[in-house]
Amino acid sequence: MSNTGSFEQRSLQAGIVGETMTPVTRKMPGTDPPAWPTNAELHVVGKDVPRMDALDKVTGRARYTFDVQLPGMLYARAINSTVPHARIKSIDTSLVERYPGVRAVHVLERLTMAAQLRDPGAEANEPYPVIRFTGQPIAAVAAISARAAEAAAQLIRIEYEPLPHVTELDQAMQTNAPAVFPGPTEQASSAGGGGAPRGLPQKGNLRGPSKSGSHGDIGRGFRDADVVVEGEYRTQVQTHTPLEAHGIVADWRDDELTLYASTQHVFSVREEAAEIFELPQEKIRVISDYTGGGFGAKYGVGNYGTLAIHLSRKAGAPVRLVLDRREEHVSVGNRPSSLQRLKIGAKRDGTLTAIELHSFGSGGVAAGAGVGSCHHNMYPCPNVSIEHYDVFTNAGPCAAFRGPGQTQGIFAFEQAIDAVAARLQMDPVALRNKIDTRDADDVRARAAERRIGAEKFGWSRRSAPGSDSGPIKRGMGMAQSMWPYIVNGYTTCEVRISGDGAVDAFCGTQDIGTGTRTVFAQVVAEELGLQPEAIDVHVGDTRFPPGPPSGGSRVTSSLTPAARNAAYAAARDIANRVAPLLSAKGEELVFRGGRIEKRDDPAVSLGFAEALRRAGVESLVHRADRRDDYEGYAHKAGDLHISPHAIGGVQFAEVSVDTETGVVKVERVLAVHDCGRPINPKLVESQILGGVIQGVSYALYEDRRLDAATGVQLNANIDQYKMVGSRETPQIEVHVIELLGRQSSTDARGVAEPANVATAAAIANAFFNATGKRIYTLPMTPANVLAALRSEQP
Amino acid sequence: MKSFEWVDAKSVEQAAALLAATSAREPVVAKAGGMDLLDLMKEGIVQPSRVVNLKSIRSLDDIQLDRSGMQLGALVTLARIERDAGLRSHYRALAEAAGHAATPQVRNAATIGGNLLQRPRCWYFRNEHFHQVAKADHSEHQHHAIFDNQQTVMVHASTLATPLLAYDASVHLTLGHGSSRTVLLKDFLLPPAMERDRDTLIADGEILTDVRVPAIQANTRCAYHKQTERDSYDWPICDVAVVLQMNGAVVANAKIVLGWVAPTPRRAVDAEEILVGREIDEQSAIEAAAAAVQAATPLAKNAYKVDVLRAVVKRTILAAR
Repeated sequence: MSNTGSFEQRSLQAGIVGETMTPVTRKMPGTDPPAWPTNAELHVVGKDVPRMDALDKVTGRARYTFDVQLPGMLYARAINSTVPHARIKSIDTSLVERYPGVRAVHVLERLTMAAQLRDPGAEANEPYPVIRFTGQPIAAVAAISARAAEAAAQLIRIEYEPLPHVTELDQAMQTNAPAVFPGPTEQASSAGGGGAPRGLPQKGNLRGPSKSGSHGDIGRGFRDADVVVEGEYRTQVQTHTPLEAHGIVADWRDDELTLYASTQHVFSVREEAAEIFELPQEKIRVISDYTGGGFGAKYGVGNYGTLAIHLSRKAGAPVRLVLDRREEHVSVGNRPSSLQRLKIGAKRDGTLTAIELHSFGSGGVAAGAGVGSCHHNMYPCPNVSIEHYDVFTNAGPCAAFRGPGQTQGIFAFEQAIDAVAARLQMDPVALRNKIDTRDADDVRARAAERRIGAEKFGWSRRSAPGSDSGPIKRGMGMAQSMWPYIVNGYTTCEVRISGDGAVDAFCGTQDIGTGTRTVFAQVVAEELGLQPEAIDVHVGDTRFPPGPPSGGSRVTSSLTPAARNAAYAAARDIANRVAPLLSAKGEELVFRGGRIEKRDDPAVSLGFAEALRRAGVESLVHRADRRDDYEGYAHKAGDLHISPHAIGGVQFAEVSVDTETGVVKVERVLAVHDCGRPINPKLVESQILGGVIQGVSYALYEDRRLDAATGVQLNANIDQYKMVGSRETPQIEVHVIELLGRQSSTDARGVAEPANVATAAAIANAFFNATGKRIYTLPMTPANVLAALRSEQP
Repeated sequence: MKSFEWVDAKSVEQAAALLAATSAREPVVAKAGGMDLLDLMKEGIVQPSRVVNLKSIRSLDDIQLDRSGMQLGALVTLARIERDAGLRSHYRALAEAAGHAATPQVRNAATIGGNLLQRPRCWYFRNEHFHQVAKADHSEHQHHAIFDNQQTVMVHASTLATPLLAYDASVHLTLGHGSSRTVLLKDFLLPPAMERDRDTLIADGEILTDVRVPAIQANTRCAYHKQTERDSYDWPICDVAVVLQMNGAVVANAKIVLGWVAPTPRRAVDAEEILVGREIDEQSAIEAAAAAVQAATPLAKNAYKVDVLRAVVKRTILAAR
């Protein structure tokens, strides 16, 4: 949304509360409310307000997609490929259609999420989408019961013409490997990010190189170096595994479509459905009351949603399609694997002279398996050379996943920086103090976070690498996070106030479990002098004003300024109407403690509802947009508006390594983070706890395993796909700083992704400190750990 | 999951008769705790037309402990084995194994009979794809056998079997009508096979009624350790039971059993021989552990299990000290 109207210069205090605050001047729209003071001086914002939907969730009242029950609703079951690579010669659905209780069958015409051929002619004559991974959705059936749908699905007859396949990155990179695609491909990005640069060369399964971020003269950089460290790092495929699988209820009637979806963005669901079904957007309504986790894979309608909509249209009835756990693992997204050859040169004082990265990643049949941007934009370095290749394999498509790319990249990069410190015999914290020097908020935040963290963690007690005797060795490590501060290109909030004092707040954005409803209510309540419970918040509906996707850590940064500005406009409107009743001017009135009172004479006041009644207000409606950040953006990519200031974060970990069994335990983690102004510290802490837990899980356990011969995921469940459990969850301490960047009317930024980015690297650096050996391969299973301990390499 | 008929059995005889009527077309299966059976049914690996519930039979859940040994009814839950004070004081390795199996929720429902009769946890075996669409080549064998792995690389899943073998346990089977037999556990367990519908000697119509364990001699020390990647809930990399009969400070007789490293739990005879006549100390434990893994024939992706097993054997011997 472009800024219109008059602007004015305002002088403000910016910086880290309790650290350094400095005067700044910001040019901002004249309609923006005055800057908020620090959280300590606010009433509702910055407080640990309990999650507003907590009771509904723990009592089961909250309606998730799986709970949607419509009259005459049918149950759908998908039919997925049993082979990894094949042409489909024929599909016979006649037995499925004749099965008792079946109302509709649909065969998918086009596969989304996967890369698309640059020249579609190569497969133009295929009667059905070519199968490129085991588990690829092919068709679906809708029936009067889930049992009937499942039984009917077994009766489909598919004639495959098998093609050679390859599932492992190393094999797929070989020149004689079976080609997953017959020609070069493109991968568009989704609302959740991802996608791949356009027009890159592709040879066989190797798409690239992408050299984005390269600059300077790498040869000179290494000639200038006093020390060079080199390593080959590998990370595994991680699947999203949200508690709630993907699901949708499609209700197509009278050429209008209503979709109940488990999604991270109701508007992306509407957009994709409109495109696929050639419907005007206003004919489609998407509702998401509750979403049981997303992590980046829940955007758009996807292949399963498309099938459900087709079935609803054919059957003339609502259709529910919820994925089973296997489908959730296999075919709706994952964090791609990576192979990163990383070489760093530095001066004796730590100054970086060269960073060279050759990386490969496989997102299965999807491109976009990059390893983030940390190599070229975290620490200043004059010579950076990056070559990244996506490698196609016959495996399910990748999707954005909590800190996409950056989590893999930081695992290698922050270990390499740790290795530079070890080589220079410098303290890893001191080395970061030396090299983390850009002029940006995240840099200033990390400086404070390192200092606070080192002290709280007891970093000074860290001993030399491998100094424990006995088979169980302990160590401490730290790693830094960097994630862009993103503002969504459009966000509008509406505040409606009724004459009886009821306040309703609307935005189409959804709450995927992060607490969006609660922070929305807090911001509106703060402006109106009310308690958050007094605000009836409405989210998750495309009929409401447009709101951001729950991805890219951008909801709070995008939503809260629009919410505050709408509430502020409503408050000023009310003040002007109420002023005559109090023999005051509108600008003299403030909203505090449920009352409207004269700023200098609080005795002159009226209760909020009483004031509205006496002023004769029937209803007021105010809308406001998220205006651009006061200092603008470094760049814009579609609806991603990216600030020159990033989000920081520093994590410290202590591990124990059993060098005889290879079992690693993360004993404790200290996570020190910034997210601009923490609107609700409790919810911020909860996000960070989740990020650390997911990071420990990634570091130690999670690993999608495919059978090479069949392409079948062997651990497509939550028994053998190992995730961190309660007893492996370390003691986690969270510390959040209050950073007032003065870029918007709330100063809020995100934290979901930063909380996940540094964990694996911090654990790996602690592993090195414990054992004197580096762990180059994730996850840190006994097999990988024992191999690392036996390795000749330090 | 396909529809099936449910029968609450009133007696062992009735259950045996119902189970004897099983056929390939209309399989009849027994259910005790139902922990393994439900998994198998959900995955489509077992598709019974009738499920005979044994939990409705009384008198199959006694723990009898006397001078001649112990008799555990087939329906005794793992939670009771873990907590029974008498059992724990005599057969600590068994109590430990029960207490480290699965999760507290599962232990409350799972029975000792079902535990011994469960199918392998191999991820090929547990996937209907490898029963119905393609043959398993077990190339992802990181959790599989490092001994005796020429015929099959799958390992038996029961962790209670590991200490029970060290205690020379046997199982009692009955066909009803007075026809019954007692089989040593070491003979009862068979190397797992994809194509069979069981990994034991149990016959159609036979009910496992109880597990019998000989009396423990005086001066016996024992220990058990299950090594996992995770603490919360995990299948083992290996588990080890050690039962030592002491003569003063010296080992008179040793039983060391290794689970999850061979198709069925394996006696480490060479390791036992090293301990006999010696005191238990770091040195004897290291030597025995080395002997225990000497015959290992690891596969491409599971050599790490040899190292883990060596460490666990050593530690478990020392824990029995």
